[in-house]
Amino acid sequence: MVSQQNDFLKNVTREQLRQIFIGAERWSEIDPSWPDTPILRFIPGADSGTLDFFVAQVFGDSLDDLPKADLLAILTANVSAGRLRALNAERAVVERTREEILELVITEIVRPAIVESWSLTESIFQRPAIEAEVAAIPNAVMEFRSWLTWDFITSPQSSDPATAGVFTAILGSLWVTLIAFLVSVPLGVGAATYLEEFSKGSKLDGLIETNINNLAGVPSIIYGMLGLAVFVRFFGQITSGIAFGMADPSTANGRTILSAGLTLGLLILPLVIINAREAIRAVPKALREGAYGLGATKWQTVWSHVLPYALPGILTGVILSVSRAFGETAPLIVVGVSTFIVVNPDSPFAKFTTLPVQIYQWTSRPQEEFQRLAAAGILVLLVLLLAVNATAIFLRNRFSRRY
Amino acid sequence: MCAAQTSTQPAVKDNYAIEARDLNVFYGNFHAVKNINLRIERQKITALIGPSGCGKSTVLRAFNRMNDLVPVARTTGQVLFHGKNIYDPDVDAVEVRRRIGMVFQKPNPFPKSIYENIAWGARINGFKGNMDLLVEESLRGAALWDEVKDKLKQSGYSLSGGQQQRLCIARAIAVKPDIILMDEPCSALDPIATLRIEELMRELVEQYTIIIVTHNMQQASRVADYTAFFMVDDARTGFLVEYGESDQIFTKPKDRRTEDYITGRFG
Repeated sequence: MVSQQNDFLKNVTREQLRQIFIGAERWSEIDPSWPDTPILRFIPGADSGTLDFFVAQVFGDSLDDLPKADLLAILTANVSAGRLRALNAERAVVERTREEILELVITEIVRPAIVESWSLTESIFQRPAIEAEVAAIPNAVMEFRSWLTWDFITSPQSSDPATAGVFTAILGSLWVTLIAFLVSVPLGVGAATYLEEFSKGSKLDGLIETNINNLAGVPSIIYGMLGLAVFVRFFGQITSGIAFGMADPSTANGRTILSAGLTLGLLILPLVIINAREAIRAVPKALREGAYGLGATKWQTVWSHVLPYALPGILTGVILSVSRAFGETAPLIVVGVSTFIVVNPDSPFAKFTTLPVQIYQWTSRPQEEFQRLAAAGILVLLVLLLAVNATAIFLRNRFSRRY
Repeated sequence: MCAAQTSTQPAVKDNYAIEARDLNVFYGNFHAVKNINLRIERQKITALIGPSGCGKSTVLRAFNRMNDLVPVARTTGQVLFHGKNIYDPDVDAVEVRRRIGMVFQKPNPFPKSIYENIAWGARINGFKGNMDLLVEESLRGAALWDEVKDKLKQSGYSLSGGQQQRLCIARAIAVKPDIILMDEPCSALDPIATLRIEELMRELVEQYTIIIVTHNMQQASRVADYTAFFMVDDARTGFLVEYGESDQIFTKPKDRRTEDYITGRFG
């Protein structure tokens, strides 16, 4: 299809056509006899099938089979310069994989749109009505799809519900939980050991004890405020990674995985301490006496006998606490979790989103499709939580079987 | 009562292992034992007997500062070990317990392998020699080697009660103490296991001084060279009534109260 004004286009070879659509900016670049004017392209809509036909004719292939270079060319030639800049800012387009570029071509150029979606029960019980409605929409294709697919788990966030996934959120959750674990477990078990074994019952120890018991009941959003004030603002130089020269150039503020992990670590610290103290207190007196009777110091007794014996109990507390951190949403929103992010976090200084935040954000969108995504996300969250707990319980049982 | 405190020293030379002088132990405001004077003979078995709550276990625990582990416990008087008061401020309780080992009422092996149960005590006390040899020696010393030599890697909990108690004795002798304190070591065991422990004590006394607390007067008369009889006064404070060679205590007690107790008139 050629505009009537471009009357010079008569016997265009397939190779020239290819150049027209990928690469060349001005007509004269392809054939010196053509005028030195910019090429204006009008891409056929995908729904009509014309694009596929066109691609097949020009490139001899369908979109799915095109090599990366061609897809890249189609993409760069057909999106606006501003959109291209935005895409490059997220991550340089040339560095992305063929599959990612294919996806971009489809979402940016072909633009398939979901007109309407129905739930499972509606699909089953109102099928004739739905089919009638689909038939009334031009070029519409009815597709039965599950929202919870492997693609959903392995794809990053997207503004298009059809391609949106939770991979970035899962990574963010794992990062944040890992940091919370690394902060709270050594600190919590250490504090519990001190309070149970070494404390002389001084006034200060009593104060610490009262505080820990009270902190376990503080609403999590308060911890979020604390995290915002302390980790994000006050220690911003450290939590943003600027102090180590590892800052993420697109953020360079303290709203990072590290801040969130530290906040959640503080949040679960009282739980870890209280549970670990219970476990240490349950160690039989006879075991300690046996060790002391051999001339063991307090530290030797605690390290070799009390802590190993209390380990299964301590682990139980840790499992409960880590599950809590994994599902926590409110403090992260205060600390500054990103609501829309497609780049996978790769360091503690990266921007991030977590699974519960992602679900929360999807449920608050008006489109019905996002709410279906939220439901799928909840299933992923539940399965992950069960997996984390099962692993921890398995580990705990292994430890306790040694005795 | 005053007579009891002064006239109970058997005629001994300087050959004593440990000596309590005017020993008093308090738990908070509770006066648990008062004015104990007791000289324990070296390489002999001394039994502490008496009715329940008379403070015999408290006295035993005072000999290696185990009472220190009770936060409210307070001790006055002296316990002389090699001429040194173990309650002096410059004495390390940990060192005292290394030299004066302890076996408890209920067998309490560590939740580790049999080998590790014995090696741990030696290791924390800086033992640098051949550990395998030490484990074997200790287990032989506790008459347990033949029963466990093929399963040293198994948990100490896999043994029977009597074997566990002998394991605890092996564990105690592995750190080569001077004195072994035994707090009713057979009370949780059946008669056959008890007999084995008693035989073992007779063997161990060739090398070690043993102090045993027991409820069982037959046991005391069977194994002990010396016996100390404790009683409790109206304020539930324990005190020493009579101390002497077991033969004398069980056949010709000097004190009327001892006689009443051993003939079963009370207690």
